[in-house]
Amino acid sequence: MWALLIRDLILAFRSGGGAVTALLFYLAVVVAMPFAVGPDTNLLATIGGATLWIGALLAGLLGLDRLFQADNEDGSLDQMMIAPIPLPAQVFLKCVTHWLTTGLPLTLIAPVFGLMLGMDSISIGASMATLFVGTPAISFIGAVGAAVTVSLPRGGLLLSVLVLPLCIPVLIFGVGAVRASVTEPDPFLPPFLLVTAISLFFSILGPFAAAQALRYGSD
Amino acid sequence: MTTDAVKQPRGLMALANPTRFLAFVQIVLPYLSLTALALLAVGLWMAFSVPDDYQQGRTVRIMFVHVPSVWMAMSAYMVMVSGALGVLVWRHPLADVAARAAAPIGAAFTFLGLATGSIWGRPMWGTWWEWDARLTSFLVLLIIYLGLIALWHAIEEPAKSARMAAVVVMVGALNIPIIRFSVEWFTTLHQGPSVVRSGGPALAPEFLYPLLVMGLAFLLVFLTLHLMAMRNEILRRQIRTLQRKAARDHRTGNSK
Repeated sequence: MWALLIRDLILAFRSGGGAVTALLFYLAVVVAMPFAVGPDTNLLATIGGATLWIGALLAGLLGLDRLFQADNEDGSLDQMMIAPIPLPAQVFLKCVTHWLTTGLPLTLIAPVFGLMLGMDSISIGASMATLFVGTPAISFIGAVGAAVTVSLPRGGLLLSVLVLPLCIPVLIFGVGAVRASVTEPDPFLPPFLLVTAISLFFSILGPFAAAQALRYGSD
Repeated sequence: MTTDAVKQPRGLMALANPTRFLAFVQIVLPYLSLTALALLAVGLWMAFSVPDDYQQGRTVRIMFVHVPSVWMAMSAYMVMVSGALGVLVWRHPLADVAARAAAPIGAAFTFLGLATGSIWGRPMWGTWWEWDARLTSFLVLLIIYLGLIALWHAIEEPAKSARMAAVVVMVGALNIPIIRFSVEWFTTLHQGPSVVRSGGPALAPEFLYPLLVMGLAFLLVFLTLHLMAMRNEILRRQIRTLQRKAARDHRTGNSK
């Protein structure tokens, strides 16, 4: 069980792993934003939370198509299926690894990008908090899409189409919470708790659905 | 050989056999389509003869297309959900045919609902589109439909694509209650439920009856299209099986 976690972590951080690429992609998206909307600091600060969230969502989707694909190619997926540990638990662990290698680094680096976008410290803190609880949902929802498209040669694009609509609630409440932290009358807590709830909900549903899809895909 | 040893399934279960289903469709389809057309004509006539609304004026008639389309868009998804259940629990190929055939029709109704809503929103709300919960969740429904259609086409093997799509259908079903309750949970521009709600419909009878007739007509139109699409899908699969058989016979030199 832990061996799987450690193995995936090592694989992700070795050269060719997705972790560093995801961070670079995140940087690229955030850097592209000022060029797209113009260097107006006030405007950038206003949409800062949204920029951080969009970047995190896209960077999170980026590595998802490889979540089960490499294991499918070298046969470890079949080993996982006959292992004594229930498959949903293993999928859960793989999602956790995906989050540790994309969601968590994205959260930790968000304040740097937040400063670049001229956000104030409250909304940076709010962005970090919502990204921290919201990015797991991307991994868990994405696992279903990854499991369904695992055997497709170009499944990455289809995966994004399938996963993005389900991620929209996370995005809405995540950005909503960041915005509520700076605009006075709106409370920060309800949207924040909703994001947490979505993450927790999909942490159960995602692994089970993904495991089921993986089993169907193999026979 | 004892003929009565094989128990013939009765009622709806008998239709699970594709050949029997095709025969059933052959009989039912003419009546169904004619009833749907007649009811649609009656519904449209009723819809155009309602008095103008005191607030909305003539635009209130958009409701008679908008609301039934939205009902059917969501019902088509529920048909897909029951089909997906049939695939996942009984692994029945006809369940996949039902789910698969419902997807493009549902997508079309979803688009119709969005388009008519947009046209209605322009004079009433002063905007074509508003990013509120009801509209956004409904747009998400359209994207889910299109993604599912793409998924069904992406996986070649029918049995596998059926089960993969079924998993996604089940996960995507979360969106349906969100659409239904979005107007109650969030403050949105879209009005709350006015037909199916506790305390009875909030519509005046002269608007309610045409709406219900149109709803029934749309339901029959959906059933007609769905049965036709299912029939075509079954035939398409039979043709593919025959083609494969012919190709195999040709290769092994069995062809005449």
